[in-house]
Amino acid sequence: MDTFNYSILILLFPAIFFIIIGLFGKYMKPIVAGTLGTISLSVITILAYITAYQYFFVVGTGADGAYQAINVFHFEWLRFTDTLHIDLGMYLDPISTLMLVVITTVSLMVHIYSLGYMKGEIGFQRYYAFLSLFSFSMLGLVVATNIFQMYIFWELVGVSSFLLISFYYVKPSAVAASKKAFIVTRFADFFFLVGILVLSFYTKTFDFEVLTTVGSPVFASFAGASFLGISVLSWAMMLIFMGGVGKSAMMPFHIWLPDAMEGPTPASALIHAATMVVAGVFLVARLFPIYVFQTPEVLTIIGYVGGITSIFAAVVACTQTDIKRVLAFSTISQIAYMITSLGVSGWGGHEGLGYMASMFHLFTHAFFKALLFLGAGAIIHAVHSNEMDAMGGLKKYMPISRWTFLIACLAIAGIPPFSGFFSKDEILAAAFHHDLFLFACLFIGAGLTAFYMFRLYFRIFHYENDKVYHHTPHEAEPSMTIPLIVLGAFSAFSGFVPFSKLITTDGKPFEAHIDPLVAGLSIGVAVIGIAIAFVMYRKKTSIPDQIVEKIKWLYTGAYHKFYFDELWLFVTRKIIFARISIPIARFDRRFVDGFMNSLAYVTNATSEAIKGFQSGRIQQYAFVYLLGALILIIGFTFSIWQLIC
Amino acid sequence: MGELITSFLSGGPIPMFAYLIVSTLMFFIGVYGFLSRKNMLMVLISIELMLNAADINFAVFNRYLYPEQHEGLFFALFAIGIAAAETAVAIAIIINIYRNVKSIYIDENITEMKN
Repeated sequence: MDTFNYSILILLFPAIFFIIIGLFGKYMKPIVAGTLGTISLSVITILAYITAYQYFFVVGTGADGAYQAINVFHFEWLRFTDTLHIDLGMYLDPISTLMLVVITTVSLMVHIYSLGYMKGEIGFQRYYAFLSLFSFSMLGLVVATNIFQMYIFWELVGVSSFLLISFYYVKPSAVAASKKAFIVTRFADFFFLVGILVLSFYTKTFDFEVLTTVGSPVFASFAGASFLGISVLSWAMMLIFMGGVGKSAMMPFHIWLPDAMEGPTPASALIHAATMVVAGVFLVARLFPIYVFQTPEVLTIIGYVGGITSIFAAVVACTQTDIKRVLAFSTISQIAYMITSLGVSGWGGHEGLGYMASMFHLFTHAFFKALLFLGAGAIIHAVHSNEMDAMGGLKKYMPISRWTFLIACLAIAGIPPFSGFFSKDEILAAAFHHDLFLFACLFIGAGLTAFYMFRLYFRIFHYENDKVYHHTPHEAEPSMTIPLIVLGAFSAFSGFVPFSKLITTDGKPFEAHIDPLVAGLSIGVAVIGIAIAFVMYRKKTSIPDQIVEKIKWLYTGAYHKFYFDELWLFVTRKIIFARISIPIARFDRRFVDGFMNSLAYVTNATSEAIKGFQSGRIQQYAFVYLLGALILIIGFTFSIWQLIC
Repeated sequence: MGELITSFLSGGPIPMFAYLIVSTLMFFIGVYGFLSRKNMLMVLISIELMLNAADINFAVFNRYLYPEQHEGLFFALFAIGIAAAETAVAIAIIINIYRNVKSIYIDENITEMKN
């Protein structure tokens, strides 16, 4: 399709600027590198909006009333056999177009914001290079034409996340966090890779277009293949989902995300809130036809993983005192909403409400969560601490941050008319009609979300109104507040985007309307959550301590994140290291190395024993030579004599 | 052995193996000297003894096996010439060593070239 030719630039720009800033950044002034990165992002943001406009409104729906998937650009990269080849390209369909808009918008905001936030940091240019790398990889991920290209970019976002978390590489905690994030996600990606290989072994293709066609014949070859009583296709899809579990920080692989907050706050906003962590959601959405038609049982598991994670993370978020960690757990919880929503979705029209709602929530969540993180960054910038105890009464010092933060809190709590209300309501409606247990999880989670977000809000901006600061906090500079205002506008109004007209399971628009029962319930629970937070944290009171005293076991458990880190440490240290790795290492040292060492030892000992022969005394040499000659002569004479006689 | 003595007493020609016995004795005296002497001059003399034993063999085999040809004799002459040149070089080396270490004995004094 020629009309979309320019959209390849969306990928090329960040890649080129990554190379330019990465290689020549140290010869630039920091502000030059930052401006270059920001300009490149502005250009591709404009291009992404043009692409989206053209895709949805100019090209529009095809003959069958559905949005068509378009291969903008496609070439064969590696050819192994006739059927097995890895392609690269650019694939536009409703969800990848949506993701282009989300990623470029949030990334641009983060680029602008970082100009102020990162000012004076060592490695400013490096930071911008990594941001460009991340933007490139994430955009490549969403427009991948085939699952292998997706995997390549999937790993690239993992690397850029690693690089940005360890941006302050002189801080041991940042280094540890980056390693943790990389290893945990990489561990999950291992399952993803196995899943890809199993899937493509049977279907003989990596191509999304073939895989996601409804009623595609490629799955016929799976017939009858089963492993441990479960069909191989289910295994493959389950393993692929594991990759998403790692990247999207679902249970039990969520442990890396709270630690990843060691990175610079704008990078957390971009990677660990708005874009990279939703890659798992995007993955499931991309392969949704396979899940819904071929392996509905895996889809059920997906729903339950999401449901349990959402309520778990919401409970933990209520007890954390580091504001970035609260936001991290909130992110886990909100992504779990999207995952659950996919899990309860069906196919086609109103049945596919969950799918639409998931993408809708992804869209709105990206804005308000990025806003929350950037707002938290502004606050951290002002008070130089992540801890709630160091804050309080900031409303009079930082009005812009306060109002935008409030908008984001209202949006995430699901108060109409802010964006989160619409998307969360669709999710709850989808769950309500599908599975009441999941609905209960999400419903309680919604109340907790409202509670912990407003706990955060009141603790930061109210609480101790007369708190005395060493340095009086002041509002951040314009480069930081402008993104806050822009994202605030997005958070407030993006709920009015008619999503059911744009993004649906089968591409055909349908009419979604708000279910008054579910909407009423969700607003009610959100208001209750906010009211509790208001009572507990509007002023400094003893109520929180009294409640903690009553439910001490729950509080302690949640405060320690239900000991998941300890559990993983136990599994890795005591079981994997002690029972598997150390014996293998010992075998390697004793036997493999031992054999090689013994070869060297024998050689060494032999030469040690005979080195006396090489004395340098010519007469000794001559004597040995003479002896040898005599022995030879005697031997020859003797044998000739025997021959003759 | 009896034949040798008879021939010797009767004034007849000396048989070939009598020469070979002499040259063999000379050669092994040279070998022994080469291996056992520590004085470099004595080592050099031993080498000369071995060379001379070989020269005798050339001359004797030529004289007794191919009396009408002279290759063996000339070979012996060449060997003598080369031996003289070689001796000159060796003496020069020994004199230089003596100048450096004040000794011409092959022992632990001369370790410069080792390693």
